[in-house]
Amino acid sequence: MGFFRQALVITVKDLRAEIRTKEAINASFAFALVILVLFSFAFDPLEDTTRDISGGLLWIVFAFAGTLILNRSFARELPNDCLDALIAAPISGAALFLGKSVANYLLLLAVELVSLPVFGIFYNVRWTTQFWQLMLVLVLGTWGLTLIGTFCSALTVNIRLREVMLPMLTYPALVPVLMGSMQLTMTLMAGKPIGPDMVPWLKLLAGFDLVFTAASLVLVEIVLVG
Amino acid sequence: MRNNILYGLGAAVILLLVRDINLIAGFPQEASQGAIFKIIFFHVPMAITAMLCSSVALIASVMFLITRNFKYDAVAVAVTEVGLAFLLGNLVTGSIWARIIWGVWWAWDVRLTSALVCWLLYAGYLMLRRAIEEPTQRAVFAACFSIFAFIDVPIVYLSIRLFRTQHPGPVFFTSNGSFPPDWTAAIFGPLGTLMALMMLATVLTVIRLSQEDSQRELDSLRRMAHAM
Repeated sequence: MGFFRQALVITVKDLRAEIRTKEAINASFAFALVILVLFSFAFDPLEDTTRDISGGLLWIVFAFAGTLILNRSFARELPNDCLDALIAAPISGAALFLGKSVANYLLLLAVELVSLPVFGIFYNVRWTTQFWQLMLVLVLGTWGLTLIGTFCSALTVNIRLREVMLPMLTYPALVPVLMGSMQLTMTLMAGKPIGPDMVPWLKLLAGFDLVFTAASLVLVEIVLVG
Repeated sequence: MRNNILYGLGAAVILLLVRDINLIAGFPQEASQGAIFKIIFFHVPMAITAMLCSSVALIASVMFLITRNFKYDAVAVAVTEVGLAFLLGNLVTGSIWARIIWGVWWAWDVRLTSALVCWLLYAGYLMLRRAIEEPTQRAVFAACFSIFAFIDVPIVYLSIRLFRTQHPGPVFFTSNGSFPPDWTAAIFGPLGTLMALMMLATVLTVIRLSQEDSQRELDSLRRMAHAM
């Protein structure tokens, strides 16, 4: 089996387990809803200023809700020593990591795509005006988020206080991704396309994704196998 | 022997700092900012020392992953802790300076924010270490995270630079600066504050290293006691 085929097997396995139990995705979406509701108390959702910052709020929702999915990613392999079996399986740690990352990525994208219309309704934002550009930002930003999150999830899987440690490690490392995605989303939510002044942010997102995909594929072997 | 060198170095740091503070106190006040400007003599070298510490931490982490020698792990944690202390010093002096000149304690500009994010990342490193019991696993995971953090810092800096900044640009070794040469020497000269602070960082790191050594010895003794 080639590297990508191995990763695909892991992705399919994770997605199937998740679709059957729905434990992470339900919790994640419910959590996203709760945060959306809570934000409406912090900022008056009917004011124009709230609409200006709504892109930023959206990514905070995604980052928080994403943590729930990422926390489960490696932790779900702990009972019955499944993680040891996966590591002992004849696939590289990088393939295992890539497979899990892609599964988390798809799950998080699903949560985001369901949250977007809800967000549009609650906050009275016309988010569809720049639909495809928004999708591009979503695709790039979410990959950065899942990548760092899955890597830190692998780092924290065996330690006590796992639930506390994951956000502590992930959020500071995610500053460039969240910042870029927030800036771009705020522009797009205002109905403006990505102009030349916003292109550097797009490049930053793509660069971050590339650099950390490479770095984590190299390092994760050491983390998982030792 | 090692202790004597350490005491000697520590004494030299104190003498050097006394000399530098004396010298800096003798400098005239800056035309527009007044006395508060002199905080630069510690603010800037602290940042440089902290950056140097994080570079040493990166090298030590990579070396640990290659050699699996716990000496490097001890160096990485020692130097990270010392670097965090210096970065905190840099943030605090910067904050005091900002309060006087800009009128706010904190100004969310590029360098402040990236320094803060960097601090949070390395604080996460120390928290991760504390949470892992098993020494080998702790060293490996921490080394990986340290490399991750080091890669992240320049990107954080880049991203925040895309916002507009109000932090003044560099004034040293550039043609647009108007920093007098004897003032520059008070920081970068062989007896300047940068040298003093780097020596201080070395002393602290060595002390921290010997603590790590004792910790490892204790661990192995405890393991031996368990085995018996």
